[in-house]
Order: sequence, then C-alpha cells, then structure tokens
Amino acid sequence: MGESLIRAVDGVSIEVPAGEFVALLGTSGSGKSSLLNLIAGLDRPTSGAVIVQEKDLARLSREDLAKHRLHTVGMVFQSFNLIPSMTVIENVELPLRFAEVDRSKREALAREALEKVGLSRRLNHRPSELSGGEQQRTSLARALINRPKLLLADEPTGNLDSRTGTEIMNLIRDFNESLGMTIVMVTHERALAGQYAQRLIFLADGKLVDDQPNVAPAATSSQGGRA
Amino acid sequence: MKVYDLAELAVRNLKESVLRNSLTTVGISVGVASLVAMLSLGIGLQQLATRRLVKSGLFDTVVVTSRRDLRNFNRSDDQAGGPDPAQSPALDEPSRQKIAELPNVVEANPDLRFITSFTYDDKPHLTMAAGIPASYRTNDAFDGMQGGFFSSEMAPEVILQKSFAADLLGKTPKPGSEESPVADLAKPLLGKEMTMRYAEQVAGNTSGDNTDTKGKQQIDSNADTADASAATYSIVSHELKLKIVGVTDLDPDSMRGPVRARVLLPLKLLQSLHVVQPTALRDTTQATSKVPTYATVSVRVKDPAKIQAVEDAIKKMGFNTFSMLDATRSLRRFFTILDLFLGIFGSLALAVASIGIVNTLVMAILERRREIGIMKAIGASDGDVKSLFFAEAGVMGAFGGALGVALGWTIGRLINAGTNIYLRRQDLSPEQIWFVPWWLVGGAIVFAIVVSLASGLYPAARAARLDPVQALRYE
Repeated sequence: MGESLIRAVDGVSIEVPAGEFVALLGTSGSGKSSLLNLIAGLDRPTSGAVIVQEKDLARLSREDLAKHRLHTVGMVFQSFNLIPSMTVIENVELPLRFAEVDRSKREALAREALEKVGLSRRLNHRPSELSGGEQQRTSLARALINRPKLLLADEPTGNLDSRTGTEIMNLIRDFNESLGMTIVMVTHERALAGQYAQRLIFLADGKLVDDQPNVAPAATSSQGGRA
Repeated sequence: MKVYDLAELAVRNLKESVLRNSLTTVGISVGVASLVAMLSLGIGLQQLATRRLVKSGLFDTVVVTSRRDLRNFNRSDDQAGGPDPAQSPALDEPSRQKIAELPNVVEANPDLRFITSFTYDDKPHLTMAAGIPASYRTNDAFDGMQGGFFSSEMAPEVILQKSFAADLLGKTPKPGSEESPVADLAKPLLGKEMTMRYAEQVAGNTSGDNTDTKGKQQIDSNADTADASAATYSIVSHELKLKIVGVTDLDPDSMRGPVRARVLLPLKLLQSLHVVQPTALRDTTQATSKVPTYATVSVRVKDPAKIQAVEDAIKKMGFNTFSMLDATRSLRRFFTILDLFLGIFGSLALAVASIGIVNTLVMAILERRREIGIMKAIGASDGDVKSLFFAEAGVMGAFGGALGVALGWTIGRLINAGTNIYLRRQDLSPEQIWFVPWWLVGGAIVFAIVVSLASGLYPAARAARLDPVQALRYE
C-alpha cells in the first residue's frame, strides 16, 4: 500500500510582495495548481516552507490552516465550486457562518460583496439556474466576503466564453488595483496572463522554469482606470 | 459555527435527500416507539399492581402490638433497641395519639373486634364484629358492595358480610352449591334494623360510674397490682339498634386486617361504646383506668416506601410492629427486573435504527464529498464539518424520538384498548395496564438523540478528516 511520493512542486522558491498580480503558467501537470493549493493552505508541503503574512503554513495546525483559508485567502475555481443546494446569497454568506458573523449583519455584507462583482439580480436562485459568468461572479463575491488580503484563482476563466472571461478578469484586476489585493492566478493561457498579470512565473514538471515581470500588461493602461 | 447555523444547515441538508433521511428517521421512531410501548406497559402493570395493593390496605399498614402482650415474650429477635417488655409502655389512647402524630403516618386506628350476638327478625346470630375507620371507604374490600358506606363516623349503622347476610336470611349456601349473588342478598336487608348486644367495659370500682346502665350482670375483676383500687372494671350489658346500610361481596377469610369480620361498624362508634375486648381479661394489668387500652393498633402509612421508617419509629417507642414490607420489596424488585427486560427488548429496535443512521450518514459523506471539500476550501474547520454531521444525526434523533414517542403512545393505547375488550368479554372490569409518565416522554427523546449522536460519531469524524484537495477533485 506504500504511496509513492510524487513531487508535484519541487524546489520552487518564489516571493510575492503584497499587492502584486502574479500569474502561474504551465501545462497541465506542471504543478501550478499544487503550488496554489499550498499557498491556499489546502495542502501541506512534505518539506520546505510556505510563508504567507509571516506565518509558515507548513507548521500551522489543521485548525489554524482553516482560519488561514477563512480569513487570509479567498479562492476562485475553474468549476466555480458553488454549493448546488444553496441560493446565490446563501453561497456568498457561507464563509460568514464559519467566521461566526452575526446573522443580522450577514445579508448586508453578502449584498455588498455581490454588488462589487456586479450581481444584483437572481440572488435567490440556485447556481444551476445561473449562467457561467454569474456563477463565477458569485464565486468571486464569496471569495471577497471575509476581506482577504490574497485572492487565489485557479483557471478562473477556464469554463467561460471569452467575453465573460474578460469581464471576470477585469473584476479581478479591479480588486488588485482598487482594494490592493494580492492576486495569484493559475492559467495555461499565456495570452490571458500577459494581458493582466504584472509578473509571470513558468512551471514545468513541478520545477520553476522562468520568473519574469510582465513588461507591458497590455490592459492596465487602457482599462485599469475604469475602476 | 454557531448553534442555530448548525441546526439550520443540518435541517436543509437533511431536506436535500428527504426520502432517505425520512426513512432513517422513521427507523429511529420505530425503535423509540418499541421502547416507549414496552416501558409504558411495564410501568402501567406496576402501577396497576401497586394501586390494587395500596387499595387493599395491606401494604401501607403497620400493625402495632404492645410488648407487654404475652404473645410476644418468646419473640426476642425484633425487640432489640427497645425497653424490656416489663418496662414497655401500654398501648393505650395516648400512645395511639403519639403514633398518629409520627411523620408519614396518615392515621392510627385501634383494632376493635369482638364476638357478640346480633338479633335480626327475633333470631340471635353470634359472629365477629369489627370497627372500620372512615378512611376505608376507598378500600377495594368495598368494591362491588351493595348499599353504601356509613353515613357518618358515629352513625348507628352496620355493613354486613355477604355470608352473614345469607345467614340472616336463612339462605346459608350448602357446601358445593352456588352462592347467591350479593345483590339478591342485599335487597331484603338494606335499610332494615338489627340489634347488637354487647358488653361495655366500665373502669373504676364504684357503681357511680355506671348509674345509667341497666346491667343484667356485673362482674368485678380485681387485678393483682399495686394500684389495686384502680385495677377494677365492670362489665355492663347493652343493646344497640343498628341500621343495615351495606352488604359487601367479600370473603371474610381473606387477608384483610380490619375487614376480617362478618359485621362491620363505624370505628368511632365502637370506640365510644367501650365494648369489652377479648383480650381485656388477659391484659387486666393495663385496664387500670378510664384510658382505653388496645390489643393492636393499625397504622396507615402515607407511602409503602416509608413503612420501614415508621416501623423503626414505633419500635423506638417500645412497641412491636408487623408489616408486609418484605412483600412490597420483592414486588418492587420484580418490576424493576421486568422494566429492565422490557427496556432491553425495546432498545434492540433502537440499536438497529442507529445502524441505519450510520449508514445514511456514511452515504451522505460519499454524496457530499465535493460539498465538504468546498466548505473546507472556503474556511470550514474540521470541527465545523464534524459538528455539521453531528447536528444532522442529532436532528434525525430528535425528530425520530418525538415521532417515536407519539407512535409508542398510540401502540400502548391500542394494546390497552385491546386488552380491555378482552377483559370485558371475560366479564372483568377494564384496567389501565399502560401508562406513559412525562419522564418517559422526555427520556425517550433524549435517549434517541444520544443514540443518534453516538451513531454520528464515526461518520462525523470521517467527514472531518476528508482531504479537501482530493474532495474538490472528485466529480
């Protein structure tokens, strides 16, 4: 039954300053998602350290890792990962329940977050009744609700058409610029990364291949001011 | 997570697969129902037995006798702790009052019984008469009595035993033949008068005390004591007309202290008559004053459980006591064991139901793997996930428990109703053989919740241990 150890991420050393928009690039199986899971505190490294806001996640207890996921990071996934039995507003409120926020304050906070992502209608619908873009907005609102410093996005546009994908990416960049959130986005689309990220990190077979600043995030100058 | 959030999420999760969870809940309720039905039956039977026994007056009665009584001289075992027979107090009226004032004592009545002659229709009949306190009105000895109880404690009224009624009417059943029904015997007798001849015991050595007696015979009895002048009493014969108010359907040979006589009179009336007791001659040393002395006093205790305490208190006063305490004790033991067995049988169904809970929740984990992964990814701790599954088990237990109590109550009622139909067919009076006390209602629901929570332990721990990365990958 011995599990063979696969080094999904091996010898990668990166440092992301606060407020930066970083794209993790690589083919599938390159270890970019595993790296993201390590930063999210969903997984623990077998060796090495993952330090987020002066805390080494490798040394945190399961309880403290849950707190890290709850308060320090927000996550957005390719497949949205909304709870199908809950309405939009309930999905957005869910982290507030885990954070034991008072029931009376929750709905206002959830509506505020949904407003930020441009969703004000169909709040009492279930995810299955929404379009992909609406689902991803809901997911973004849920990631924002506890005001995390760090937003982790795993192929956020992977299941969306290009127009909706652009809308979502613009929202994410807005959070980076107006709220000063640090963004780490996993993608395999070089063009998308080049359009939005300030820094590009390339991974292959779990190893760091290249780490370079994005010289001209094309959209920043033209669209950034819109926020 | 806060409790109301947990409860809300648990209920909504249960609603998501409503059929499966309802079936599991019904399983629990059947378990609880069998437990409640079994225990309510046990409790009902116990109450029935206790009610019968308490009504019979056997199990809440302590019989007190004086240690001076010669019958007690060779019984030394239960006299430890009291004074010697010679120094022990007389069982007289002041002692009776003292006993009546003891805690947990309802009343203390002297046992007055004597053989005397009753004249009815100019024919004399010799039989045993006894005094009955007013509290015996509710005694089951008077179940099925024709007529009524004494109208007052001093009323010159009499209740006859069925066989004596038959004697009066000259209908004494021949051995082997059917007895006449009590109603037939009572009809010609109720409201009629009969005359009792009795001997009054008059204390003192002068005839001044009994100027009003129309004595036919007067016997002076001088007791051989230091106080010879007081140790004198006279016996004066009297007649008293009594109205027949009731005829009981009771076997005079049954084990019933005060009722064990063929003619019953109000106790207070008998006390006022100072009828000479068969023990009076033997107890001449006590009959030295106008204070009445009794051979035995029957003490009624508030609760059969308090018998021991009352007996001890009376023994300390220097009297001998006798009660059926041991009989009630073994009765209690019997019912405790019966309840235990009924409870175990009832719990078996609940044990099966608890396996159903484990099964349902393990299934739910498999189904909701991804959901658990999502919750963990957005910040749910192991504890949150564990509590959620725990709450789901608890909610199923609470619903199942409440439903089960209702179901068990209904089953108990049906059994009771069925039994009573059967009893009525057998010409027996209906009985309440089933009883659901409030503690059983609450206890059964709490027990169902506890069992459900225990069943939730393993699934909850398993859900909490789930690796979020793998759970999210799961489609």
